[in-house]
Parts: sequence; C-alpha cells; structure tokens
Amino acid sequence: MKPGHGEIVLAEGDVDVPEEEQELIEAFRRELDAGMWAAVPTEGLAGRREAELVKSFDEVPRDAERVIFFPRAAGGAAPAGR
Amino acid sequence: MALPLGTAAVLLLVLFFELVRPRLSRTFTRARVAIARAHRMHAVESYDPGRERRAEQRARALLRSCVDDRDWDMYSELGFLRVNGPVGASAGEGPAPYAYLIYPHKPIVAYVPATGELLNEYCITFPDHTKPFGSSRLPHSDDVLAKWMAITADERRLIGEANMHLPGRQVDPARIRRDLARLARWERERSERELGGARAA
Repeated sequence: MKPGHGEIVLAEGDVDVPEEEQELIEAFRRELDAGMWAAVPTEGLAGRREAELVKSFDEVPRDAERVIFFPRAAGGAAPAGR
Repeated sequence: MALPLGTAAVLLLVLFFELVRPRLSRTFTRARVAIARAHRMHAVESYDPGRERRAEQRARALLRSCVDDRDWDMYSELGFLRVNGPVGASAGEGPAPYAYLIYPHKPIVAYVPATGELLNEYCITFPDHTKPFGSSRLPHSDDVLAKWMAITADERRLIGEANMHLPGRQVDPARIRRDLARLARWERERSERELGGARAA
C-alpha cells in the first residue's frame, strides 16, 4: 500500500524456485528497510480471518499467497474536527 | 597611471550596470513569471482526477480479499468495521467485553458492546516515512485495512503506538451512537435473513 496510490505489486514469484525466492527476499528486505510493516492475511483458529505481522522473510508461511506492506503506524495528531 | 585607469574602469562598469539594470530587472521578472507559469501548467497536466478513484477501487478489492464476507458487507454497507476485543480470543457466550470501530482516516473508537459506553479514541495514522515533510494519504479502504491488519495481528502494539484520547475529540459521540444503532439493526436484519435462508433450505 502506498499513500496516494494504493496497492502496488512489488514482486511476484514462487518460493520453491531459488532465483524467484531470492527476488522476493530482496523485495521484502527493501520494504522493511524503508520502514514498512509486513502483514500476511491468515485464518484464525475460529475460522475468522485475521492478519499476522512478520518481521523477517523466514516468518512468512511458505504457503502464504501474499505479503502486504503498509506504512508503519504512528500516533495521529490530526486537529479535532467532525 | 594604473590608479586613474582602474578608477575609470570601475566607474564605467557602474555606469554600464546602471544603464542595463532596468532591462535586466524586466528580463528576470519575465523569466520568473514564465517559470511559474510552466510549473502551473505542469501541475495541471500531471493531475489525474481518476487516480484517487482507481486507487480506492483497488483498495476496496484488496480489503474485500482480506476480511470475512460479513466484515466486508459491514464495511460496504455501513462504512466502518467492527473488531471485537480482546483480539484473538475465541468468541464466548454473550457480547465481547469491548470492541473497536474502524473508520477510514478517523481514530479507532473503543466501546463496550453490552452497554454502548464509549471508552477511548485511538488516533493512528500510516504516514509515508519516505516523505517526512508531508505525504499523500492511503486510500480510504487501505487505511481501514491497515488498521484492521495491525489490530488483528498485534492489538497491544497498535494501541501502544496510538495517541489515546477521551471519546469525542475527533469523532462525534452522537455519530458513533447512531452508527452503533445502525450496526445493531444491520446485524438483526442479517441474522433474520440468514435464519430465513436456512429455513427455506
């Protein structure tokens, strides 16, 4: 997710193909180095959908379809308004 | 000999500068105006009025692919998401002890579902850290998805990052009460529809 643009595909590949996995790892590191958070949409124990924050590529489940990067959260200080 | 010649040269230079100064000044002014006009034209040409709409459409599709169908229906019909707390705990009997309302580009509002009591506002943003002096915002549905992912993944961390305020600082409590009433009605009608569908089947 990129402010002002929305969703952008950064990299695509198969983790079982070493070259493609390397590309995915590099894209992952690049985003985390840029201060992004990485989340993997998952399904919880009760069958409810939820997300899992991951801090390294090793934490990404091998069968994950995608990793979503979004800007790191910060305390908002917007002016009061309704 | 050198001193008078030098003085004369300086005087000539000053006189020449005085002669050409008005013309130079006009030239600089014209150049400044032309540059400003070129910048304005570039800004007008590069503005794409459909970009934000397309970004929002992509964001809605992404949100829909991540949350439950029920949550997606809630967001698309009511304009906000409700997440029960504590996040990750299995749903027990009765209402959750507390819940969050997630609005796009508004603070997350915590409340008690059983009583409707408003607890806190958690102000949270997702700024573009590569542009510390001001950046565009995430599309509405991306902002909701980012909050939803952060809160379902690590509730404590997100709440720890947020600025906490009493209810009513940014979101009108009357609006929240109206939204809670809409949510209750929406859930009732949905349950009735589901029951009716189950009976028909």
